Amino acid sequence: MSSQHGHSDAHQHNAHGSLKSYTVGFALSLILTLLSFGCVMSGAVPQHLVVPGIVVFCIAQLLVQLAFFLHMSAAPGQRDNLSIGVFTLLIIAIVVVGSLWVMHNMNMYMMHPMMQSTSSSIG
Amino acid sequence: MFGKLSLSAIPFHEPIIMGTLLMVCLGGAALLGWLTYQRKWGYLWTEWFTTVDHKRIGIMYVILALVMLLRGFADAIMMRAQQAVAASDAAGYLPPHHYDQIFTAHGVIMIFFVAMPFVVGLMNLVVPLQIGARDVAYPFLNSLSYWLTASGVVLVMMSMFVGDFAATGWLAYPPLSELKFSPTVGVDYYIWALQLSGLGTTLSGINFIVTILRMRTPGMKLMQMPVFTWTALVTNILIVAAFPILTVALALLAADRYLDMHFFTNELGGNAMLYINLIWIWGHPEVYILILPCFGVFSEVVATFSGKPLFGYKSMVYATAGIGVASFIVWLHHFFTMGSGADVNAFFGISTMIISIPTGVKLFNWLFTMYRGRIRFNLPMLWTVAFMVTFTIGGMTGVLLAVPGADFVLHNSLFLIAHFHNVIIGGVVFGVFAAINYWFPKAFGFKLEERWGKASFWCWVVGFYLAFMPLYVLGLMGMTRRMNHYANPAWQPYLIVAAVGAVFIALGIGFMLLQFVVSIRNRAANPDLTGDPWGGRTLEWATSSPAPFYNFAVLPKVEELDQFWADKEHKRAYPQYAHYDDIHMPRNTGAGLIMAAFGTVFGFAMVWHIWWLAIGGLLCMIGSFLVRAFDTDVDYYVPGAEVEKIERTRLVPLHKLIENVGPASAGEKVA
Repeated sequence: MSSQHGHSDAHQHNAHGSLKSYTVGFALSLILTLLSFGCVMSGAVPQHLVVPGIVVFCIAQLLVQLAFFLHMSAAPGQRDNLSIGVFTLLIIAIVVVGSLWVMHNMNMYMMHPMMQSTSSSIG
Repeated sequence: MFGKLSLSAIPFHEPIIMGTLLMVCLGGAALLGWLTYQRKWGYLWTEWFTTVDHKRIGIMYVILALVMLLRGFADAIMMRAQQAVAASDAAGYLPPHHYDQIFTAHGVIMIFFVAMPFVVGLMNLVVPLQIGARDVAYPFLNSLSYWLTASGVVLVMMSMFVGDFAATGWLAYPPLSELKFSPTVGVDYYIWALQLSGLGTTLSGINFIVTILRMRTPGMKLMQMPVFTWTALVTNILIVAAFPILTVALALLAADRYLDMHFFTNELGGNAMLYINLIWIWGHPEVYILILPCFGVFSEVVATFSGKPLFGYKSMVYATAGIGVASFIVWLHHFFTMGSGADVNAFFGISTMIISIPTGVKLFNWLFTMYRGRIRFNLPMLWTVAFMVTFTIGGMTGVLLAVPGADFVLHNSLFLIAHFHNVIIGGVVFGVFAAINYWFPKAFGFKLEERWGKASFWCWVVGFYLAFMPLYVLGLMGMTRRMNHYANPAWQPYLIVAAVGAVFIALGIGFMLLQFVVSIRNRAANPDLTGDPWGGRTLEWATSSPAPFYNFAVLPKVEELDQFWADKEHKRAYPQYAHYDDIHMPRNTGAGLIMAAFGTVFGFAMVWHIWWLAIGGLLCMIGSFLVRAFDTDVDYYVPGAEVEKIERTRLVPLHKLIENVGPASAGEKVA
């Protein structure tokens, strides 16, 4: 591939991980997965903390995989990837949180009185 | 065997449709016959259908968009004619079911198959040239994107003659678009046409992000990119972020219709409002996907035709990026009336008004660029001035609609219709026409003539105001959108004026086609010998017109914004080299066309529930991709000697020309 066509430049930036970093990433992923299962199955965690618990472990594992497998970091060569990653997170946050907020709000204002009126007319 | 498909799917009883079918068949047969008679098939296949050259793909996008503009406009003028007559006792000439399909098809076609191909086509034609690249990052993917868009077009056009099209409005809101209320194949055509072309658009988005981030010519920093490239970058980021949401929303709707699911139904816990929420999370960024590249076009045009650097380059870049992010937090203003509380409506109302600030920054930048410039009123500049006036009006009515209280009165009225046509025609369409006139010489090597172009310009502008200003009034008088018939005779005069406006726009389109024909016929009279017909500032004007297939024999070195302008000022433009390196180029391939053809078969089979054909189409699509993936003969080298020959034929006469006429901005004086 000639440098004129621009492909080779792109490859030089992508520092690929070492055996060590892949092993560490794999081990961390395993531990976080086991912790999630343990959170649900061991019975040691109080009921109301189970869902928040697995959400926390899930996000932690997502970050581990981004860092160790997709080599996302603050290194100069990775800055493009990092900023795109941060932007992606922002958009996902907007879409998910925004939708939840909008739909919950609409549910509160639109569905509540209707439910009451139907149940009262039946009852 | 053939699923739901039978001969009765062809609407023989509809005289309008059958007449159109006859015309299409005759016209198509004439075109095919002419191509065969001229023995053009081989040429078309090797030079165009299988091309991976971004310039040719860009040209094909624009031609596709122009053809679909005719179809979308035919729908528009039918609606205007219907509404001009269908008052009180008169029923008009379009039955309601047909009318519903027409306004749906009009919206779908104008957004997805006119505005999008125009914008993507312009980015294809211009972006690699502006950043000094030889092609996009993934040339084969680019060809695939184009043909997937074309297969969406094929499905939409087919729906007119085989079966019917959605009669739901252009976003196919459930529950109306659910199987219960839309039992025909119309919505299925809609879903699969948009899924196929949406896939193409997403792939384009990825392609251009990589191209702009990774393939800029040596030395070009991000803050030295031309503004059009900046707007293209932001637009493609929006495409990649937003189009998957459309894909998901349509996939869920398809699951409802095909797999008996209940995401958006009225029964069993479905919620139609979620579809409306999702589709607008895509839909609002989509309008900025369309307008941002046009803002880029206007920035290039204003700087070039004022003979000045663009005022406030950095603020332009930040405004573009700001609009890009803000476009993701305004979507609810499309459904203020759906029942959110005051806090939600207030948040989205205010965020919508805030978007007008960076847009205002842009307008002032263009005005300050023009201030004390030596403005040349060529066609691109005329379209730009018309845009600035028209878009400002549209922007102000938009801010008015952003007030939730006002929106409760105006929602789904013709005021809204007038507003978004005001910004889309006044912004996107005018921008695309400015761009076509501006970059046409770069694509073909000769300029478009101005006489018919100006006639087209005035018809479009006058027609636009005649067609849409009455709609603002009608909206305030209480007329809602999508009406097949109305009882209030007071509305009729305004609708007649609007229909007259549509006739003016028809003249505008006709004159534009005439402009192309006359320009092509008299191309010897308007040649662009220098490659820089307007006295341009950016790199695309540094190479010849039409640009050679490798774009730049030697990649230009960039140290500042408007490098080419500086080169001309310092008399170092058009350098001649003693030695040229071999150039590495991608080879043409028909794989994109073949994959998209199987994709069309797959979509058609899904529409009609012909499962064996759908599976076959999908497998063939994947298979043809695998064949392509294992093909190792995908590139070649252009020998340096050949490059030298091509460059010499251009540069030797060019240097003589510059010596004779004077160096600084040779292009402006010569051409």
